[in-house]
Amino acid sequence: MFLIHCPYCGEREQSEFKAGGEAHIVRPKQPTELSDDQWAEYLFMRKNIKGVQFERWVHAHGCRKWFNMVRDTSNDEIKAIYKMGEKPPTKYK
Amino acid sequence: MTNNLRVKSSKFIDETYKISFKFNNKIYYGYKGDTLASALLANNIHLVGRSFKYHRPRGIMTAGSEEPNAIVQLHKNTSRTEPNVRATEIEIYEGLEASSQNCWPSVNFDIGGINNFLSPVLPAGFYYKTFMWPASFWEKYEYFIRKSAGLGKSPTDSDPDIYEHKYIHCDVLVIGAGISGIIAAKTSAKNGFKTLLLDEKPYLGGSTIYQNSEHFKINNQISSSWLDKEINEIKKIDNLEIKIRTSVAAFHGYNFLLARENLTDHLPLHQRNEKVRHRLLKIRAKKVISATGSLERPLVFDNNDRPGILLSSAIEKYSNLFGVACGQKNVLFTNNDSAYETAISLFQKGINVGAIIDNREEVDSKLVKEVEKNNIKIYKGYTVVNTFGYKKINKISIMQLSKDGQKVVGSKISIDCDCLGMSGGWTPAVHLFTQSGGKLKFRDEDQVFIPDTYPSDQISIGSCNGEFTLDEILSSISKKLKDFLNIKKTEYENLEIQSHFNKTKRNIWLLPSDKIIGKTKPFVDYQNDATAKDIKLALREGFRSIEHVKRYTTTGMGTDQGKLGNMHALGIISETAGSKMGELGTTTFRPPYTPLTFGTIVGRNVGEYFDVFRKTPIHDWHVENKAKFENVGQWKRAWFYPKKNESMHEAVQRESKAARDSAGILDASTLGKIDIKGTDASEFLNRVYTNTWSKLAIGKCRYGLMLNEDGMVYDDGVTTRLDENHYIMTTTTGGAATVLGKLEDYLQTEWPELDVYLTSVTDHYATISVCGPNSKKIISKVIPNLDLSDEKFPHMSFKNAKIDKVKCRVMRISFTGEQSYEINVQANYGKSVWDKCMQAGKEFNITPYGTETMHLLRAEKGFIIVGQDTDATMTPIDLQMDWIVSKKKYDFIGKRSLYRSDTIREDRKQLIGLVTENPKEVLEEGAQIVLDASKSPVEMLGHVTSSYYSPNLEKSIALGVVKGGKNMMGQKLIIPMENKQINVTVTDPVFLDKENKRLNA
Repeated sequence: MFLIHCPYCGEREQSEFKAGGEAHIVRPKQPTELSDDQWAEYLFMRKNIKGVQFERWVHAHGCRKWFNMVRDTSNDEIKAIYKMGEKPPTKYK
Repeated sequence: MTNNLRVKSSKFIDETYKISFKFNNKIYYGYKGDTLASALLANNIHLVGRSFKYHRPRGIMTAGSEEPNAIVQLHKNTSRTEPNVRATEIEIYEGLEASSQNCWPSVNFDIGGINNFLSPVLPAGFYYKTFMWPASFWEKYEYFIRKSAGLGKSPTDSDPDIYEHKYIHCDVLVIGAGISGIIAAKTSAKNGFKTLLLDEKPYLGGSTIYQNSEHFKINNQISSSWLDKEINEIKKIDNLEIKIRTSVAAFHGYNFLLARENLTDHLPLHQRNEKVRHRLLKIRAKKVISATGSLERPLVFDNNDRPGILLSSAIEKYSNLFGVACGQKNVLFTNNDSAYETAISLFQKGINVGAIIDNREEVDSKLVKEVEKNNIKIYKGYTVVNTFGYKKINKISIMQLSKDGQKVVGSKISIDCDCLGMSGGWTPAVHLFTQSGGKLKFRDEDQVFIPDTYPSDQISIGSCNGEFTLDEILSSISKKLKDFLNIKKTEYENLEIQSHFNKTKRNIWLLPSDKIIGKTKPFVDYQNDATAKDIKLALREGFRSIEHVKRYTTTGMGTDQGKLGNMHALGIISETAGSKMGELGTTTFRPPYTPLTFGTIVGRNVGEYFDVFRKTPIHDWHVENKAKFENVGQWKRAWFYPKKNESMHEAVQRESKAARDSAGILDASTLGKIDIKGTDASEFLNRVYTNTWSKLAIGKCRYGLMLNEDGMVYDDGVTTRLDENHYIMTTTTGGAATVLGKLEDYLQTEWPELDVYLTSVTDHYATISVCGPNSKKIISKVIPNLDLSDEKFPHMSFKNAKIDKVKCRVMRISFTGEQSYEINVQANYGKSVWDKCMQAGKEFNITPYGTETMHLLRAEKGFIIVGQDTDATMTPIDLQMDWIVSKKKYDFIGKRSLYRSDTIREDRKQLIGLVTENPKEVLEEGAQIVLDASKSPVEMLGHVTSSYYSPNLEKSIALGVVKGGKNMMGQKLIIPMENKQINVTVTDPVFLDKENKRLNA
C-alpha cells in the first residue's frame, strides 16, 4: 500500500486517497466547435503506460484536495507530487 | 518396539510439565515445548494423514511452517474446528484434539487408497480431461469428486474467538530471529532505531540455537551458547520490541507488511477465555531487514514420500530441540554436507545412524571425516532408487550414479531403515522479498534464486540471501548493516568464526532410477501428489510457461504453496525443455506466506461492526413505530411501517392512499445536501446542471439534472437559492458523496478561477416532508406565523421560518405530486419537529410513509429515480426530459455528448410507461420487454425499471426503458415470464394528474 505525501496534509496511507486517472487532460474550452472524433478523443482516450505516468489523485478521506502525481507504474514508485495548476516536473517527460 | 523415542532431555522441553492430548481419538502424552509433530514422533507415530489425490499414507516431513503432509484437523466442535493445521507448528496444550484429514474411514485404512493403484490412469489434468463429457453430467461427477478430494472440514458455526488489528510504526523491522536477525535487531536498536523483531516460532535463535557442535564456533564458544548470550542481551533493550509466534503474512510495497501474532493457540483451552486469539499487525517500517532463513530441499526419487522420510535438518531439529529420535535405524541421503551435520548431532545423542548415501563422489570435509571416524558407512556417488514399506518406510535400495548423473549403474544394494533423512541443499526463503516487488537472480554454482534488486528500503541477510554457512553470514553481516543503517561500526566486526561446512553440492533435480519414469513415483509436490512424471507430461502436452505447468499439474498449489518442491519443478522443466533456470523465472509468491484464518483478516469488524451505518435524527422514532428498514448506501431508511399483521404490500397501499387522500410524512434527512457559496455560485450551477440557474430568483427552488461528461444522467435533485450568492443543493441519498467529489473535481481542476465554496451539510439538517391535501393545514399549525398562501408561498419556493425559537428552512417542493412542504431544521431538533408534525397532523390521520411508498407515489407521477430508472446509459433525452436541457447555454457538463452520433440515435432505449392488460397484474422489475416472443432469438427491446400496484389509480403501473420507446405510444408489447406472457401497452410515463393540479389543491 502506497504512502502518499499529500501536498496539504503530509504522508498518509493510500486508503485515504482515490486515483482520478490521467493528468493534464484539459477540458476543451469550446466543446461545441469540436467534431465527434475530437470530443471522443478528450472523453475516452487515455494512456496506459508501463513506466512513468502522470496521474490525478484526490485526498478523498482527508482534505479533499486534488493534486498530481508522477508514478512509475512498473514498480509503483512515486517520483513526484505537485499541486493542481503547477507545471509538471520536466525531467520525467 | 518401544513407544517412547524421547532420547535425551533438551533444555527446550520441560519434562516436569506433562501434557495429554488426543490424536485420532487416542490419548498420548508429550511435554511443554513439544509441537504436535514432535510429540507424535516421540510416541513413534509417523503416519499422520493421507495425500490429496492418491490417498497415500503420509507422515511428518519437516519441523516447520513448510510442512506439506502433516496437516491435521483441530478440535471437534463445530465453531472452533480448524482444518489444515500444520502439526509441525502447533504447540501441544492440555486438551488438544487433532485428527487426520483426507482419509475415510481412518488414516490406517483409507478406501481412497485405491487411487494409488489407479494412478497410472490418473495423470496430470485427469479431471479436466475425463469429466468434460457429457457436460451436463458435471453436477453428478462433482458430488463424488468433492467428497473424495478436499482437505479438512470448515467450521459450520460462527467463530467465538476474538481477533483484532493493530498498527505498528517502526524505524526498522527485522523479519526472522535466527542468528542474522538477532544480530541485525541488536545493532539497529543499539543505534537508536525503534526496532521490531518478529519470528514465527515460539523461541528465538532460529536453527543456530539448537546447534550443539564443536564444528561451529564463534569467538571460541559453541555457536548456540554465543547466540544465547546475545538473545539475553536484546531482551533488555528498550527500543526493541520482540514478538514471537508472529508470522509475517504479506510484504507489500512501500514497506507495508501484515503479520499475524498468535496469542492463544498454544494455551490450554481454559486459559483462552476472553483473550484475543490472533492479532493482525499492520506494520509500516521505514526500513526492513529480511532474515527469513532458508528451507531444506527434499530429493526427488521413486517413492520419496513414505512416512518415515523426513528432511535431514528436521531430524536434527527433532533430536536437538525436542530430544526426540525420529527413528532407531536412521539412514541419511544427501547431495551436500548438511546431512553430515545431522549425523554428528544424532550420534552425539546416541541415536543410531546406519549409513549415509551421498550423491557426490568425492567428499572429504571435516564433517565427512568425523562421520567416517565414527564408522558410519558412506556410499559416495550413490543414489536411492526406491523405498519400501506402506505405512512406514522399512527399506531402501540404492545404486551407483553414472559419472554424468543421468543414469544408475551397477547392482542394487538394500539397506534396512525406519527413518530416511534427505537433504537436497537449501532454498533461500525469498517469498516475502518477491511479494514486496523484489526481483531475483539465479546463482548457477549452487542453483538458487537470491534477491537481486530491492524495490524499497530493505535488505536480505543470512541464508535468505544465499549465505548458507556460519562464516559467510558473519563475515559479511557487519558491513551490510553499516551500509544499510548508515552507521559507523558494529560490535560484530572482528568475530572469530570456526565453521567446517563445505559448500560443494551435486545438484540433480530428478534423480535417475533403474525403472523408466512412467513406472516411478518421484513426488515433487507432496501435498498435491504432483510427480516429476506429471511435470514431464505437461511439457509433452505443450505447456511451457511455469505458471501454466503449475496450474495444470497443481504443483505448488496446496496449503503449503509448494515451499519444498517448487524449485524441483522448475529444475525439471528447465532440464526437460532445455531452458535456463534463470530465464524460466519462478511462479509468483502470493500472500499470505502461511494461511490466515478469516477471523484474523476481519478482526473486530464482525456482526454489527461489519460496516458502519448511518442513522437519521428521527431513527429512534421509526424503530419505536416498528418500521422495517432498507439499506440505502450506509443509511438505514424507514422502508414501510406495517401495522399489526400487515404485509409489506398492504402497508404500502395504505400509506400511499393516505398520502394522497389526506396527509403523509416522510423522513427525508438522508438526501444529500451541499451548501454552495461564492460570487460565482450561479455560474457554477449553470455549468454543472443541464438547465439555467442564473435567472433563478432568490427564495425559489429548481429541479436540476446533472450529467456526466459523456452525457449520461448522473444525479438529480432540487436546489434552492437562499441568497444572491448562496444555494443549497440536494442530491440523491446514495449519490451525495460522489456528487460532492465530482463538483470539487471540476472546481479544483477545471475551473479554479470560480469563486465557489462547497460544504457537505447532509448530516447537519433533518429533513421532514409533509405532503397531501391537508399538508398546508398541518404546517400552519406547526409554524403558525408563516404565510402559507399560494401567492406568498407558491410551489417551488422557500421561506426562512422559526418553530418556537428554532430556525428552519421550509421548501415547498414535491416528489409525490401532492402539495408538499419540506422542513429543514438543525439535526438535533429533527425529532421534536417530527413529533410536532405528527401531533398537528393527528386530526388529519397523518401517515408516516417509508421509501417504498415514496417510490410508488413518484412512479404514479412518472418521476425518475436516478439509478433505478436510469443506468449509466441514459441521457435526459432518453428519459423524455428534453424540457430540462437548456438550448441556450453555451456549455454545461455533458452537453457536447448529447449530440454525438450515438446519443442522437432514434432507437436508443427510452423511458416509457407501461400498463398491463390485466390491471391487477403487477410486473416484475427487471423483466425483459419484447415485441414478438415467438421468433428465435427473441429480440430484447428493453426492461421494466419500476413497477407497482397503484392504490390511487387502482391499477398496475410500471416504468420501463424500450428501444425507440418514444415513438411507440399505444404499442402492445409482451413481457415473457417463466410460465406466462404478460400483455402490456406503452403509455406516457405520467400516470396521475398530468396537469399538476394537486400541487395547489
